[in-house]
Amino acid sequence: MASTASSTPSPNGTLNSAIPDGPLPEKWTRYKAKAKLINPANKRKYSVIVVGSGLAGGAAAATLSELGYQVKCFCYQDSPRRAHSIAAQGGINGAKNYQNDGDSVWRLFYDTIKGGDFRAREANVHRLAEISLQIIDQCVAQGVPFAREYGGALANRSFGGAQVSRTFYARGQTGQQLLIGCYQALEKEIAKGGVKMYTRTEMLDLVVVDGHAKGIVVRDLTTGEITSHAADAVILATGGYGNVFFLSTNAMGCNVTAALRANKRGAYMANPCFTQIHPTCIPVSGDYQSKLTLMSESLRNDGRVWVPKSREHAAKIRSGELMAKDIAEEDRDYFLERKYPSFGNLAPRDISSRSAKEACDDGRGVAKTGLGVFLDFSDAIKRLGRDKVEERYGNLFQMYEKIAGEDPYETPMKIYPAVHYTMGGLWVDYNLMSNVPGLHVLGEANFSDHGANRLGASALMQGLADGYFVIPATLPNYLASQKPGTVTTDAPEFKQVEAEVKDRIAQLMNVKGTKSVDSFHRELGMLVWDKCGMARTAEGLKEALAKIPKIREEFWKDVRIPGSPDGTNMELEKAWRVADFIDFAEIMCHDALAREESCGGHFREEYQFTEKDEAVKSGYTNPGEAMRRDEEFAYVAAWEYTGPGVPPVLHKEPLVYEAVELSVRSYK
Amino acid sequence: MNLTLKVWRQSGPTAHGRIETYEAKDIPAEASFLEMLDIVNTGIIEEGGEPIHFDHDCREGICGACSLAINGVPHSKEAGITTCQVHMRKFRDGETIWIEPFRARAFPVIKDLMVDRGAFDRIIAAGGYIDVRTGSAPEANSIPIGKEDADEAFDAATCIGCGACVAACKNASAMLFVGAKAAHLNILPQGHPEKDKRVLAMVRQMDAEGFGNCTNQYECEAVCPKEISADVISKLNRDYAAAIVREAVAE
Amino acid sequence: MLKKPQMNALGTSLLRFWNSSIGKKLIVAITGIMLVGFLLGHMAGNLLIFQGREDLNDYAEFLHHMLHGWGIWIARLGILGAFVLHIIATVSLVQQNRAARDSRYACDTTVQAPVSSRIMIWTGLTVIAFVVFHIFHFTVRLDPDLAGMKDPGNPDRHDVYGMVIAGFQNPLVVIFYILAISFLCSHLSHGIASIFQTLGLRTEKTRVAIRNLALAISVILWIGFLSIPILVATGGLKDAPATSSASSATPDPSLSQN
Repeated sequence: MASTASSTPSPNGTLNSAIPDGPLPEKWTRYKAKAKLINPANKRKYSVIVVGSGLAGGAAAATLSELGYQVKCFCYQDSPRRAHSIAAQGGINGAKNYQNDGDSVWRLFYDTIKGGDFRAREANVHRLAEISLQIIDQCVAQGVPFAREYGGALANRSFGGAQVSRTFYARGQTGQQLLIGCYQALEKEIAKGGVKMYTRTEMLDLVVVDGHAKGIVVRDLTTGEITSHAADAVILATGGYGNVFFLSTNAMGCNVTAALRANKRGAYMANPCFTQIHPTCIPVSGDYQSKLTLMSESLRNDGRVWVPKSREHAAKIRSGELMAKDIAEEDRDYFLERKYPSFGNLAPRDISSRSAKEACDDGRGVAKTGLGVFLDFSDAIKRLGRDKVEERYGNLFQMYEKIAGEDPYETPMKIYPAVHYTMGGLWVDYNLMSNVPGLHVLGEANFSDHGANRLGASALMQGLADGYFVIPATLPNYLASQKPGTVTTDAPEFKQVEAEVKDRIAQLMNVKGTKSVDSFHRELGMLVWDKCGMARTAEGLKEALAKIPKIREEFWKDVRIPGSPDGTNMELEKAWRVADFIDFAEIMCHDALAREESCGGHFREEYQFTEKDEAVKSGYTNPGEAMRRDEEFAYVAAWEYTGPGVPPVLHKEPLVYEAVELSVRSYK
Repeated sequence: MNLTLKVWRQSGPTAHGRIETYEAKDIPAEASFLEMLDIVNTGIIEEGGEPIHFDHDCREGICGACSLAINGVPHSKEAGITTCQVHMRKFRDGETIWIEPFRARAFPVIKDLMVDRGAFDRIIAAGGYIDVRTGSAPEANSIPIGKEDADEAFDAATCIGCGACVAACKNASAMLFVGAKAAHLNILPQGHPEKDKRVLAMVRQMDAEGFGNCTNQYECEAVCPKEISADVISKLNRDYAAAIVREAVAE
Repeated sequence: MLKKPQMNALGTSLLRFWNSSIGKKLIVAITGIMLVGFLLGHMAGNLLIFQGREDLNDYAEFLHHMLHGWGIWIARLGILGAFVLHIIATVSLVQQNRAARDSRYACDTTVQAPVSSRIMIWTGLTVIAFVVFHIFHFTVRLDPDLAGMKDPGNPDRHDVYGMVIAGFQNPLVVIFYILAISFLCSHLSHGIASIFQTLGLRTEKTRVAIRNLALAISVILWIGFLSIPILVATGGLKDAPATSSASSATPDPSLSQN
């Protein structure tokens, strides 16, 4: 495990996580002290491609340009400011301990490891916790308007069940404010000429030359033109794959293409089955639905989650015969408070989500579709008064009313879990480099820091840590071994990949079938949501693995893409992405099937505590809770693509815990 | 519900555009406006036509991509929302709805209802930032900022860069956008050192992009999905006047 | 050696100021203040007509002898300069604005812009036409009957009082005055509030006060200026000895010739 910082994993060899030596709290400091450097005068000779302009990509592009590298940055949106990092509401963690409530880098590290159900790499997580301090400094200096106390100091809140107040926030728009700070830094570098920005440009493939990632092939979404770009290193910061489920809280354009293409070019896909289901989203209302809307988790601070105790009552609510207020107090099941008395409505995301699903599967759901539970503020309004509740949640209530058409002051909100974040992603080592040398992966697109479940307010932290502070320190480690500018787009590999991309577009356009792209995406999404969503079984996953090839076959036979590939064509864009989602779904299901345990966002029904288990008998946990199997599964599952229609090959990176002791997560 | 749509169709940046009529049938009242367009597009695709192109991404009112003028008003006449937050229950069965792109010379049409708002990025690049190198930031709490200043800066910082302000202005002025960014950064102490430089550079870039001038009608604040007040324009005017005087007299 | 580049730099700054959207607007605002100030003074002077012939004619005489007769020309040039700058800047702004919005919505509508703000250029252009007419009417006095009127109490001086009352005997003139002054006040109701916005004085606290102030000044000017032609036309104000009636909404004693 422990090896030198400079080791380079080979594409087909064993996984070398390149974790530096030394005690955990000193690894990052030692790494930086020993890391290779590039002479300032030489930096401008190196070029770097950054795909994605969210917190991770934008921060990386801006910072690398500040350092002197020539950066090309790509995003599919019309402006880097629109990357989906913008939608994060809650906040960003930073172990500043401004509240003097006992927080520390160690505690943030430990909470993250434990929250991730002991499936993350210790060294990476500790580094993340250390960097969390610098991120807050950096963002404040950029003008991010974090909430403040009257005295002028930064305010904090406790978030997502954390026992300390370490979350910095900017009303319900923290992601937006952080991204705008990052975007402004990026635009500043664009104006200075250090970054060349390509908006409305989507990466369609990775180019690997002599085993090293040296470029990408992109499509200009406005003109349809296919072009190649070469660089000394490639950084993917392309976000998560939540849209494989069709309905998620991700933006419509979020996709897995860059990561999947990299996977097909040799990079391993790690832990794809670790997907996070967020408990507080507005329930689906019909088949036309295009996406799901998240309601901030902060609502659970004062809202009480419940369903009726009886199925009859629930049925009558669904049919409109009864209203929530008609159900007497003793006929209500506040299931989170009942099952997790000490955490109550603030139980972690995976646990809260699964409990809601269980209640609905039991026939006690309250939304029209049967998939929804109440989030009730009537007690909070009684206790605090309407004004106080309005002050805390006014904008969220408004947002809910706009979408659902019901007034949460009068009648409880209805919520249901939805796919929100994906912990899995391309495998990277401590340098954030994948097993394909030169290919670096940041933010949600990599797998590294959140294990099997991500804590609230940690996604923003990780994206910015990777972009602002990790990659600028680790990239030279790779670049120093490379002579700058050796590979250009004249290399035959570029011609080859470009031809493959053009060929695939022609294939898609030539199907000329009858069904819309969305219809396939919806079909795929429903299947994986059903079989590889909140609860999974070997049987269901096998069924999904049998059905996905059929969807693929049908897609390539019957999809209809109108218009021409030369120019703006949103159906073509979607088709390419959906084709990749189909391939990706297979890897995800393979991973879920192979991981015969329950942990974090991955819940295998076969592996849960029952009355017979000692932990239940002793009262430590409840029956139905996730059962981790550390002896067999304390590893990172990294999947190698071996060819079309062939199951991927599993590589394992064992997770070695030196500093923490693995324990059963209990939030009872 | 059934609706008649009058939609701007334009096949490319240089093509001639025109209004075309579509019937939107059996639209659920719970659907969002963009989901209504999804349904119409599915119908168009099934009939072999090219779907109506429009920009959209997060569909929760924060990314700023969606940009339709609905019945002549950017993001519809409902206050404080983006196009993607408009829901069909706000329309009457049988209604005729006009759907057009955001119109301004500085926002050229790309296709149908999609426009190019790159001018906004270039204005930010000109000076809409605080120049702080990564890693050079002082300790976050070393710069106390009173809650009132922080709140005021925040109100301005909520801009999502959607361009509705420009689209609603009969002069296609970008003053609310520029004013919001200038106010956000100028109010904060971190932004003071570059205040004059920022304001002058952003206004010059705004003018160079071909946006019009503010005639104080405040249509911009009426359609702003984040309800940013036109007071930020007043502040921009003030900051600009001070900056130009200092620029003129300084060595 | 040092001086010259500084002059150039100052020149560049001024040119940039003029060429910038906000710079031009600041010029419109500052000239607007001057013009509003002039209008208030002019109206106050006009209202002396209600004090009678003596006071109005005294006032006119005073204006023409200020600073040995230089005063009125300084004022005239100042106001003319402001007026011309105001027009050049606004016309240029309007041209830029039209160019900036080169296509219109098929469904064209507004949400909150008041009518007065949408017709600024038209009310402004009407005011120009009116000012030209008004200067020829009461200042240059193209009509020899008006030009030749002498103060009955002091035949050495011009009878402004009588001229105003005679001038408003023509109903078409009165109607034009009413129309033009109404347009002017519509222009001002938006213009005065805009001055504060352009100068950066509009804030959350001052917003309502500014709107009310703009409205109040406009209404006062409207009543003040129109009271004279209307009262003359309706016979409420008469030339004491003779037939016709009284004063003018606009005739500007300060601008009328001696």
